[in-house]
Amino acid sequence: MGDTFLVVAEGRDGKLRQVSFETIRAAKQAMRDGDRIAAALIGDGVSAFAGEIGRCGVDRVYVVDHAELSRYNPEAYFPALAAIVDRASPDAIFFGHTAVGRDLAPKLAAQLGAGQISDVVSLEKDGGGEWLLTRPLYAGKAFETRRFAQRPAVVTVRPNNFAAAEVAEGAAAEVEAVPYAPPASPGLRTIVKEVVRKASGKIDLTEAKIVVSGGRGVKSAEGFQVLERLADVLGAAVGASRGACDAGYCDYALQIGQTGKVVTPEIYIACGISGAIQHLAGMSRSRIIIAINKDPEAPIFKVADYGIVGDLFEVVPLLTEEFKKALA
Amino acid sequence: MNLFVLMKQTFDTEEKIVVQGGAVAEDGVKFVVNPYDEYAVEEAIRQKERHGGTVTVVSVGPERAAEALRTALAMGADEAVLIADDRIADEYGVSRALAAYLGAQACDVVLGGNFSVDSGAGQVAVRVAHLLGLPHVASVTKLEIQGGRAVAERDAEGDTETLEVALPALFTAQQGLNEPRYPSLPGIMKAKKKPFRQLGLDDLGLTEDDVAARTARDSLSLPPERKAGRLLAGDPAGQAAELVRLLRDEAKAL
Repeated sequence: MGDTFLVVAEGRDGKLRQVSFETIRAAKQAMRDGDRIAAALIGDGVSAFAGEIGRCGVDRVYVVDHAELSRYNPEAYFPALAAIVDRASPDAIFFGHTAVGRDLAPKLAAQLGAGQISDVVSLEKDGGGEWLLTRPLYAGKAFETRRFAQRPAVVTVRPNNFAAAEVAEGAAAEVEAVPYAPPASPGLRTIVKEVVRKASGKIDLTEAKIVVSGGRGVKSAEGFQVLERLADVLGAAVGASRGACDAGYCDYALQIGQTGKVVTPEIYIACGISGAIQHLAGMSRSRIIIAINKDPEAPIFKVADYGIVGDLFEVVPLLTEEFKKALA
Repeated sequence: MNLFVLMKQTFDTEEKIVVQGGAVAEDGVKFVVNPYDEYAVEEAIRQKERHGGTVTVVSVGPERAAEALRTALAMGADEAVLIADDRIADEYGVSRALAAYLGAQACDVVLGGNFSVDSGAGQVAVRVAHLLGLPHVASVTKLEIQGGRAVAERDAEGDTETLEVALPALFTAQQGLNEPRYPSLPGIMKAKKKPFRQLGLDDLGLTEDDVAARTARDSLSLPPERKAGRLLAGDPAGQAAELVRLLRDEAKAL
């Protein structure tokens, strides 16, 4: 009998996250003959996703669907995950490298006494079928390939680096509801008091196919509205350089770089960003880089596929209009 | 209140990476306190200033990491512990060593960085919390402590979540939590006299088996260098139109 890999899938804004399909693809690449993939869904109302995830080439879908799990709380979520892991006895557990994945995966690894390889961007097998997992160091200034010395294995997968597993027509995998009793509230030491959904309906930076990013050249918080209009037209996420965040133009949640987030979109549009090495680390694996900057000597032009030397406040609105026409 | 801070010494984020003989070259590199850990140190000192107590900074790493711990002492931490042992290799081992040390202390608050800017795996702090049986709140942008409880705001992919947690607990620091202070000259002088301990596995009651690596590096490489592309000519309107055309026809990205 082969091994079982468990993929922990996530929903967001009423649908399955793209990274969950990509994580299933990563798990498929890890498979040898006889191995199986199961999916896990944890949350409130997540049963609704079971059919779709069950048609991605997985054998079984484990679900913990409970009203107490409407907000993410590691102390409430972890027992649900542990119950599924207990049931599935996986040899490896795959998560997206998301806020939830980054939070639950190390906790599970500690519980299992397991190794974890985080933020994986590619997975190959050597001649013996053993996994070779590649991940960035220094936010992408270097890459290392690692192996597991033993099982179980815990992996988190970086968004936008694996093709999404396809949802096929036809029969879905069997769905198994796993019993779950939320920890009684006196036993629960963590209470989620409030969630302010600033990012509701927006595309997560790390998952976005297009990122419009601003630096010090954007000059103010109001200046970012010019970038947001372009992002709206493109269905893009807005990001920022450390300089723009430090200057208070936008929230640190938007920061791209070695401190901040690493993004690998199809198109990265850098507006008024000079291209400090710590920023380049966070975005230079984007497929196409576009730079708009007044200074023709700005280092960002050295990594850009297409560069426009000019005033972003003039160029970006024109670009917004051109994209509108092209995408109409 | 007993505050503990998990720290790592990392390359300065402005450093280029050079691979030499299958490893990252360290010659002439400027080392700093991992930027996220700096927020954690600052937060611990601020909480101590508000509520009293002691701040102990702890690092697992090579002997050069002592310098990062001394920086934290100069900022205002009270004691430092360096766990230096070549047998500790991956996040599993690091977290086991930290948990062995912290498990023997009376911790009220443990702080760490959200992740380290070198490896970026973001595992150790959460693993330590679990091994110690402590609740944790990751990626914290605000922390208020009162009467054995803490209210923390955390950044979750742009959303802000507010959590209340019973102490003892572990928190990881995100940017925006505070503005770390620079060590003052008197601070640097005082740091030299503060308690500094160096421990190995034996001191922690651990064996090589207890920290045996679960994962190992197979190879290390640099990404292919990007080549500069082209600058678009013409007036702004022409440049904008040309860019959209290139994205559609040449790059096939639209």
